[in-house]
Amino acid sequence: MITNERAAAFRSDFPLLTHNERLVYLDHAASSQKPKIVLSAMDSFYRSSYANVHRGLYKLSEDATTQFEFSRQKIAHFIGARSEEIIFTSGTTDGINKLALSILSLLPYGRRKILLTELEHHANIVPWQQFAKRHGFTIDFVRITNDFQLDMEDAKRKLDDSVALFAFSHVSNVLGTIQDVTKLCRMAKDKFIVTVVDGAQAVAHMPVDVYAIGCDFYVFSGHKLCGPTGIGVLYGRKQLLEKLPPFFYGGHMIQTVSKTDATWAGIPARFEAGTAPIVEAIGLAAAVGYLQTIGLDDIHSWEQQLSLYAREQLMTVKGLRFYCGPAHKCIGIISFTLDGVHAHDIASLLGNDSICVRAGHHCAMPLSTVIGVNSTARVSFHHETTTQMVDQLVDSLKKIVALFAGRQ
Amino acid sequence: MSNYDMYKEQILDLYKHPLNKGSIAHHTHQAHKENPSCGDGFTIQFLVKDGIIVDAKFAGSGCAISTAGASLITEKVKGMSIHTALGISSDEMLALLGIPVSAARLKCALLALEITQDALTPSSTSPKVSQ
Repeated sequence: MITNERAAAFRSDFPLLTHNERLVYLDHAASSQKPKIVLSAMDSFYRSSYANVHRGLYKLSEDATTQFEFSRQKIAHFIGARSEEIIFTSGTTDGINKLALSILSLLPYGRRKILLTELEHHANIVPWQQFAKRHGFTIDFVRITNDFQLDMEDAKRKLDDSVALFAFSHVSNVLGTIQDVTKLCRMAKDKFIVTVVDGAQAVAHMPVDVYAIGCDFYVFSGHKLCGPTGIGVLYGRKQLLEKLPPFFYGGHMIQTVSKTDATWAGIPARFEAGTAPIVEAIGLAAAVGYLQTIGLDDIHSWEQQLSLYAREQLMTVKGLRFYCGPAHKCIGIISFTLDGVHAHDIASLLGNDSICVRAGHHCAMPLSTVIGVNSTARVSFHHETTTQMVDQLVDSLKKIVALFAGRQ
Repeated sequence: MSNYDMYKEQILDLYKHPLNKGSIAHHTHQAHKENPSCGDGFTIQFLVKDGIIVDAKFAGSGCAISTAGASLITEKVKGMSIHTALGISSDEMLALLGIPVSAARLKCALLALEITQDALTPSSTSPKVSQ
């Protein structure tokens, strides 16, 4: 179980946070800080184990390959999948784009619609828009309700025989809401619709089991998971991956190459052209191990407790309006506005007090239009966020309100 | 530098009581631009007669710095020739704002100037209104 004391103690796991005592980092939804264990895993790999993988016949390369593939296995286990179902990408956006390049032949024949939701991040909208333009598809969106949750009735109505693919996020990066992914995948599966779940905001904050969820594809980024930048994961169900054409071409993903043609390797090699993000994979596996030691259930539980506390305290700030779902259905993300103060100014002034938050549309312009605000401020928590940090946030917000009201 | 330094009285005052907010029914020039990363977006309209800017107004919303910038530039260019208005530099814009602007807020500070330049540069005039 995580208590406030334990959360405070986690801070010492992070060199950057240890060296910046005053820093109140509340922007985990943008990216996470890196624990020592990840940094030293990568550093020591570079210092003692580094070689290119898969092809060397000398011991150093063989050992590097073993460690690399062991990392893949560890990451697979983290989301309840098999090794060969894990494709390394450079991140969530990369994974979705790659999928959009190849997925056409996997879609039910004759269907011409992609279904998205109003709360998607641009990474899970724009690639599909381009796909639709290339292949003559239309796009529809599942609506959100007035209390910022996905409208399940609307989803049920829209998941019909005209839909080929349904792409949606596990957790909204703006509203913090957790979608009922299992139910949505089941509804889609009933209609033979291919499902792609954007898990970028989920995996670091709650346990994820892709078999239990029943999705066809699941994507996430390493850097939001206490892992390094430059790596992400695209999970695909084995039966689908075996039929999926490659999206990028080159070394490693081939079996044979002649002057005129090439044959493809098996899975997941077929989807990993070129030199893999070897050291990043080592780092990601270390990050996964770090979070598993703490326990994703406990992290989720702590974030929810903290969210409840934060909402109570934030309600005492004059003119603050929430743009988030109900606490028990969210991870630790809270978006809000302040009457008479632009979100950009909020973030700038909080930054002055060493409090790191985000402001803007958070790469979700369609959602901004739906909820009727151009720009919100967003705070996001993780296991090392404490109630004291929330208190500091609230104090600073009150100062900002006073400044703009003309009293200082 | 302290971010609070950017929020001097003038900026806050212009944010709460902007100058030249609105639109011009028979404008001769206009342009729109946004800072997609932060949610600032303005349309600035100008009425130009015989090469002189007779009126300027802005509409839209943005942060305190970009809004103050819009007020200040629209006020500044009234009575100027297009040529002179187009000659206003980034440094002069920052001097108008009169505050230290951090690198992160430079785009906000210069947004209205860029819109002004877009609007007044010959190739981007809006449909002409007969005068």
